[in-house]
This record gives sequence, C-alpha cells and structure tokens, in this order.
Amino acid sequence: MKTWLRQHRQAMMAALGKLAAQKSAAVLNALVIGIALSLPAGGYALLSSLRSVTLGAALEPQLSVFLHGETGRAQAEALGLRLKSDPRVGDVRFVPREQALKELQATEGLAEVIAALERNPLPDAFVVRPTLAHAAALDALAAELRSMPAVAHVQSDSAWARRLGALAGTARLAIALLAALLAFGLVAITFNTIRLQILTQRAEIEISKLIGATDAFIRRPFFYLGALQGLAGGALCLAILWGSLGALNVGVAELAASYGSGFRLAFLSPGDALAIVLFSTCLGWFGAFLSVSKHLHEIDYK
Amino acid sequence: MISFSAVVKRYPGGEEGLKGVSFTIEPGEFAFVAGHSGAGKSTLLKLIPAIERPSSGAVLVKGQNVGALKRSALPYLRRNLGLVFQDQKLLYDRSAYDNVMLPLAFGELGAREAAARVRAALDKVGLLARARANPIQLSGGEQQRLAIARAVVNRPSVLIADEPTANLDAASAAAILEIFADFNKVGVTVLVATHDEALIGRFAGRVLRLAKGSLVG
Repeated sequence: MKTWLRQHRQAMMAALGKLAAQKSAAVLNALVIGIALSLPAGGYALLSSLRSVTLGAALEPQLSVFLHGETGRAQAEALGLRLKSDPRVGDVRFVPREQALKELQATEGLAEVIAALERNPLPDAFVVRPTLAHAAALDALAAELRSMPAVAHVQSDSAWARRLGALAGTARLAIALLAALLAFGLVAITFNTIRLQILTQRAEIEISKLIGATDAFIRRPFFYLGALQGLAGGALCLAILWGSLGALNVGVAELAASYGSGFRLAFLSPGDALAIVLFSTCLGWFGAFLSVSKHLHEIDYK
Repeated sequence: MISFSAVVKRYPGGEEGLKGVSFTIEPGEFAFVAGHSGAGKSTLLKLIPAIERPSSGAVLVKGQNVGALKRSALPYLRRNLGLVFQDQKLLYDRSAYDNVMLPLAFGELGAREAAARVRAALDKVGLLARARANPIQLSGGEQQRLAIARAVVNRPSVLIADEPTANLDAASAAAILEIFADFNKVGVTVLVATHDEALIGRFAGRVLRLAKGSLVG
C-alpha cells in the first residue's frame, strides 16, 4: 500500500513536472479546453438563470374566462357553481373586476394611467384550471365556455408558457449536444497531447520496460497528465464563465432595471461548478487512457 | 540457474538466429558467450529476460520457463536480472544518479534506502563523484560503468551483459570486466557476450562459443 501510494505520488509529481517543463503548451491546451467547455457551461448557466424567471409562470393549462361588463354578481356566482361542478374543471378562482384593477395598478408604470380612467374598464373573470391536458379537449372546453351567454371572451393563458417551456427544452437539448461534441474535442486534445508526450518519452519507456517497469507504472504519469490537463481546462472554463457573466451582467442589470426587475445572470451553483471540473478531469483522464492504450503497445517488448 | 534446452530462434522470414542451443549455467558461474558478429550472441542473451521468445525449445531461469511467461509477469522476471546493453540505453535528459535510480522507482524500497543503494552502486563502479553529471559528459567507459551500476542497483542474482566492451579501449574494457568479476566473487551469476578473444583469455570463466547460431564449444 505504501509503495502504491509512493508510486502514485511520484507519477503525480512527474506529471506536474512535465506540465511545468512545457508551460506554454500546457497553458494553451488548458485554454482550448476551457474555452470549449465554457460554451455549454455558459448556455447552462443562462438557462438556469432564465428558469428562475419562468418558474413563476404557470406551465399547467389554464383558461381565463372574462364575463360581459353588464353581468351581475349573482349571475357570475351561478356560473362559478356550474364551473365547479364540471368534472373537466379542477379548480376555479373568481377574480372580481375591483381586484383585477388593483393588480393592474400595482404594475410598474401603469398606476398613473389607471388613475386617469373615469371608470373600471375591467370585467369580472374566472381563472379555470382544467383537469384535462390534451390540447383538443382544452379547445373544446374553451369553445363550450365561450358559447355561454355571460361569457365575453375565453383566453388560454398557458399557451405562451408552454411555448417557453418547449423552447427551453430545445435549448437544453442543444446545449447537451454541444457539450457532447465538445467533450469529444477535449478527449481528442488530450489524446494528441499524450501521444506527443509518449513519443517524446519513447526512450525512457523502452528502457523502463526492459528493466522491469510494469505497464501500470508506465501508464500512471500519463493518466495524471491527462487528468491534470482536464482539471486545468475545467478551472479555466469556470474563470472564463465568471468573467463573461460579470461583463454581461452590467448590460443585463440595466435592461432588467428598466422593467423594474433585479434580474441578474447567476453563476453556476457550487455543485454544478464542481461537476464541470470533475467532468473535465474525467474526460482528460479518458483521453489519456485511450492514447496510452493505443500508443504504448507500439513500444513493446513481447 | 539458467538453462537452454534445444532452443531455436527463428525470425520472420525464416532466418534462424539460434539452432537448437542447449546449455546450463550454474548459480555463481561466470560465463562468456563468444563468437563473431552475427553468431547469435545477442539473440541468446535476449531470450533470458524474454526480450525475444524462443521459436521452440525451453529457456529456464531459476526453474521458470521464461518463454511461456505471460506479458504481465515479465517485469518481475526482469527486475531480478541485471541487464547491460551494448548501447548502454542510458537516458540523457537526467543525471547519472537519476539513471541508476530508475529501476528503484518501480521497486518497493523507500526513498532513503533507494538513495543509499544508488550511491553504493555508483561507488562500486567508481562513479560516485560524477553522480550529478549528465551521461553525455561521461566517457565511453564511464557510460558503460554507469549502465552496470543501473543493472546492479536492484542487487540481481544474475548479471547479463551484451558486448559491454565493444567500443572501449583495452584498458577500459579490462576495467569493465574486472567489475563483472568482482560481482561474480560475491555470488552473482555473470553472463557476458563478447567477440574479444583476447579479453576472454585474461579472465577465468567458462566459454560458450557460438557460430552461425549453433553452440560449437
């Protein structure tokens, strides 16, 4: 065990020594990996930030049923009871026109406009959450509600949220594909770096094999080299992301303030940041593993 | 200790490097493998650490058929053999000290004991004062002595040297052979391939004479 640990320490130190001896190449490799990884990582951070905005939106089907202006409260209550008894309706909330006006007044920039109105132009409304999820069934329910005499207009409120959800899903898939492609790129970079390193150390490998080094002993420093390269690339990716989000947030803060929002693009959570560094390290190790498996057999003594 | 039994080594293309060679080297023996260039000396020596495998016949080292060993077992065989190559196979990107340290890097010795072993090996071949020198700064004879230090640092029971005096003047060659003789005096089995008959005559040792891949004496 002690010997095994000592050999690992030696391999780690040898790998660090190689990186130190080829500083500029090591930095450039880490930079390429860092930039490549920062693209999907940045996309992920952007989506995570936007999710916090869209979480407030109703993604479940929802219908807003607006009544005619002349509809009396008793007529509205009767309609409410009828809606509640409908098995296709899960939940019904009545929004009186006074409450709707108050909510509108609370909206940034509209208070003065509302105050200037002589009378409340808003109708009474019901917010209906159907038990149905199928689009055709929802359309049929909306059409039925629309045909009721007290109903002036029916609006399907969840359509935009569903579109946004679908868009976010597509963006997530695109980021996953981009991450997969760039992961291949990272593996290829490490593969090539290790290949060149093996060629550089060919004499040492040959001699070590001749005088009794095991394959594991010879492979180990290359694995560390690949993993360290991935680790450096992952760390650089986080640095690039942090700097980029900081720069973008200057403009985003200004834009969000104009909407009365304190929205900012958030950096990755500690768990996500750690996952990226680990992922990058593992990819570096994997690239080294592939390269060593392929090229060490070319330097072989039976 | 080392036993060859009807060993044939056939290279791709059908050329035979060794043709049914049989002999036994006893523990503590000093033996020369003599013969002209192309006689099969190097091929014979390469079969012992399984750098080459026999086409037929058996090569036994300490009772172990090395020709049948799995690839994964070879490092452990080679660690118990001290190998000195004709071209020394030194690493020129590190010091003499680090060259000798190389076999200990994958052994089980602690750092302090390994360092003591390296110094002792360098001292034995008269290179302790030049431990920090790069091999390129050493003379041909010194480089060969450095290769010997690396071969003996693991304290092997068998020392195998392929033309260790090939590019040396007579005095340096004799000095190298003296080192081998010293190791043999403390019980190390030594097998040296050489084409230098004059050198063989100066040392008491058994001679295995090869000609065109066959043992002739």
